[in-house]
Amino acid sequence: MSDALKDTVQQAFNEPACATNRAKSADDRKKGCAKPLTPGAAAGGCAFDGAKITLQPIVDVAHLVHAPLACEGNAWDNRGSASSGPMIYKTGFTTDLTELDIVMGHGEKKLYRAIREIVEKHRPPAVFVYATCVTSMIGDDIEAVCKAATEAFGTPAIPVDVPGFAGSKNLGCKLGGEMMFRHVIGTQEPERTTEYDINIIGDYNLSGELWQVKPLLDKLGIRILGSLSADARYKQVAQMHRARVTMLVCAHALIGLARQLEETYGIPFFEGSFYGISDTSDALRQMCRMLVERGADAALLDRCEALIAEEEAKVRAELEPYRAKVAGKRVLLYTGGHKSWSVVSALQELGMEVVGTSVRKATENDKARVAEIMGTETHMFENMAPKEMYKTLRASGADILMSGARSQFVALKARVPWVDVNQEKHEPYAGYMGMVDLVRAIDRSVNNPMWADVRRPAPWDEARRAGGPRPMLRDRCPVSGFANDPTDFEDC
Amino acid sequence: MARLTRPRRAASTNPLKSSAPLGAAMAYLGIEKSVPLFHGAQGCTAFAMVHMVRHFKESIPLQTTAMNEVSTILGGAEQIEEALVNLKKKANPRFIGIASTALTETRGEDVPAELAEIMKRRKELADLKVVYASTPDFEGAMEDGWAKAVTAIIDALVPEIDPVWRDADLRQVNILPAAYLTPAEIEEIVRLVRAFGLRPIVLPDLSSSLDGHLADDWSGHSLGGTPLDAIPAMAKSAVTFAIGESMADAAHLLGARGHMPVQVFTSLTGLKAVDAFVDALIGVAGIADAPPAVKCDRARLQDAMLDAHFQIGGLRYAIAADPDLAYALSSALAGLGAEAVCCVTTSNHNPIVDLIPAEEAILGDLGDLEEGARAAGATLLISHAHGRHAAAALHLPLVRAGFPVNDRLGAQDICRVGYRGTRAFLFEVANAVLAHPHHPRPEDFGAAPIEREFEHDRPQTAPH
Repeated sequence: MSDALKDTVQQAFNEPACATNRAKSADDRKKGCAKPLTPGAAAGGCAFDGAKITLQPIVDVAHLVHAPLACEGNAWDNRGSASSGPMIYKTGFTTDLTELDIVMGHGEKKLYRAIREIVEKHRPPAVFVYATCVTSMIGDDIEAVCKAATEAFGTPAIPVDVPGFAGSKNLGCKLGGEMMFRHVIGTQEPERTTEYDINIIGDYNLSGELWQVKPLLDKLGIRILGSLSADARYKQVAQMHRARVTMLVCAHALIGLARQLEETYGIPFFEGSFYGISDTSDALRQMCRMLVERGADAALLDRCEALIAEEEAKVRAELEPYRAKVAGKRVLLYTGGHKSWSVVSALQELGMEVVGTSVRKATENDKARVAEIMGTETHMFENMAPKEMYKTLRASGADILMSGARSQFVALKARVPWVDVNQEKHEPYAGYMGMVDLVRAIDRSVNNPMWADVRRPAPWDEARRAGGPRPMLRDRCPVSGFANDPTDFEDC
Repeated sequence: MARLTRPRRAASTNPLKSSAPLGAAMAYLGIEKSVPLFHGAQGCTAFAMVHMVRHFKESIPLQTTAMNEVSTILGGAEQIEEALVNLKKKANPRFIGIASTALTETRGEDVPAELAEIMKRRKELADLKVVYASTPDFEGAMEDGWAKAVTAIIDALVPEIDPVWRDADLRQVNILPAAYLTPAEIEEIVRLVRAFGLRPIVLPDLSSSLDGHLADDWSGHSLGGTPLDAIPAMAKSAVTFAIGESMADAAHLLGARGHMPVQVFTSLTGLKAVDAFVDALIGVAGIADAPPAVKCDRARLQDAMLDAHFQIGGLRYAIAADPDLAYALSSALAGLGAEAVCCVTTSNHNPIVDLIPAEEAILGDLGDLEEGARAAGATLLISHAHGRHAAAALHLPLVRAGFPVNDRLGAQDICRVGYRGTRAFLFEVANAVLAHPHHPRPEDFGAAPIEREFEHDRPQTAPH
């Protein structure tokens, strides 16, 4: 790891805005928040993966991966971030380094040419260049190449120097944000600003989740000036420094970026979530309060309360028909943990029983809140191996598992209904309307008649009834040895 | 469970059903060395033949008594006689199946009596089996014509045996497949039956006549089918299994002739339906276990159900098909939580219509399908090839099922029965859903579009 990268990583670990980090001793802090990966027992993505997840939803940028094929070839075109316009972010660009490139040190030249080709052919507002393990190891200086390319072609080439071996996916997310702060944010000025401009950080518009929330903001006259990176344009990242308030959407990973925006540009931030009814309302309230503190018209607060009252009544009415279908169902939640309380309380409101929730990424505060909502701490669990989860599912008598795609097949093979609530999901569940979609998805899954069929015993496992059409003994009688029928039983 | 309704209107828009004589002709083609013969005008035959040619991509030896104005007035017996003699000379079939048409039925002819006379009179027809089924076009649909033809074959060719001296072959099983079953599906059923050490006799058997194989020689009759000698031997089978409710009458007649138990399977698509069939086979075979291949296929179907329920669960679709096919497919999809929001069917003779998992079954046409699907917000259509017009108008995917499928190749290879066929069907429907992905847009949620000022001002190629 280069010294510069080491410094960057060390800085990322020392995050004063992070409660978890503050609670640590100085020594622990130095070790960082990434747990050491265990060979033979690690399943998550790498730092490059994290940086790419964070930045790829910027829809008008060309994302160029400087690597041998695996980093992009095995990973592209599999994310559900939606775009309302440009589609270039879905195009997989890579330098596809060969053995000769690596041995002969052609990497930098090839990268430079690749940037030029992309700029000439696609004319994006910027090209993001991702470093990876191999290109870092052979010492390709992507920062220098990007600088030269930017000057030569007149289109910003942004180095994202976050190779996979730097650490976990979570660290990659942090560093992806850091790269934006260093190279992009503050490089352009908006055409106009208003007192109602906000940044949204940490939402990726999966299946259109941002648009489930945006109508609420539209009604309140709040404008999304900066976005990292839900349905974002390059300009929205470059102009982030002019927003009034930053909302950090359920993502501890980008808290460092939010803090830096506050320290450098004086933009206050808050952490909020759009999952669940109460959290959505809380987020809207806090957003409006902070905008008013920063100079927006105080009438915004009243409008906000009126909107919340109206929307909550509407969503409760829409959820009511599902009560009979989902009441009494037992839910096991296995997610990042901290984003689920609000969902838990909404599900409980509909008469569902949450039999357990994971707290693997949650802080002590999070755990306390889970205990408060769930009544006891007995239902909290940490990381679970698939085998254990299989057992827990069968033992807890859960009717449904809500989790990410990794545990999908654990649930299905245990013949337990499953709803995808992580980033690969195909349906948006954000805001008030998303709650209805989520409950509809639960209903559709848990009440599917397929489950009863798939659990039925096979015909050959059932006790045979007496009677029915049966053949007489036609083969040789085992006792007397007499043959009833000379023709033999046909082979199967 | 569906309530059968008849739309109050005179005009039928885009017909759904094929006629009963066509079904009878197709059944006759499942007999070895046979020629189906329409007792009617030349056009009746030509339309039906071309229909089948385009579906099977095979030459179809369908012949006609070529009724003309004079014979229509004076009676068609001579036409039948001439047709039989000519066919015997020209194609040398061993079996001729006659199906009446609307023309001769409207006139009213006693064909069975005339036929008996002809057969007595004409010595050169002595070794020829001739079967007659009354199948007016104005009564029922393709599956009814098929069932009537099979009933007529059994009636004519299967002798009643004396129950006292009954010497049953307890490993022999009669299979009476309904009209909708493709050659590949019959093959799959046969494979299942054989897997349990039983010997099936399938009547009629399209799997060797219309499976689309290249024969060594040209022949003017069917290229394969149920061996003629096997048909009387059906009386000695252990049991008769009918696949499809429309075959119930034929099965009971056969059961009465051979004094054997009869079981009607309303469908072989869907886990439960196949389980019931396998259960019966285990019973007949008198064994406690199933062959490994069958067990493996069942476990694979279970896994396919888990994988496909994400797409099929909650799917709102519209279906138009003959009653047996509509029931088989819709009951399998209902098992995965799909909802038939519009169901159109063709015949009021089949009691299975009452069991179709839909609110109502319209005795109608593809116009009803299009309107019903639009009104109910269906996202997928299931129908035969002519459903493509409705699918295009509604911008919906179409799963082709039934007769005809004349705008695609391989209709005879589609298999949706048994554990394997059900698995393929579930994947087929799920893939049709996946092939029409919904790309979310801001306006879907009522969100305002992004402001122009954030857009990149230079042109960008959009590779997708």
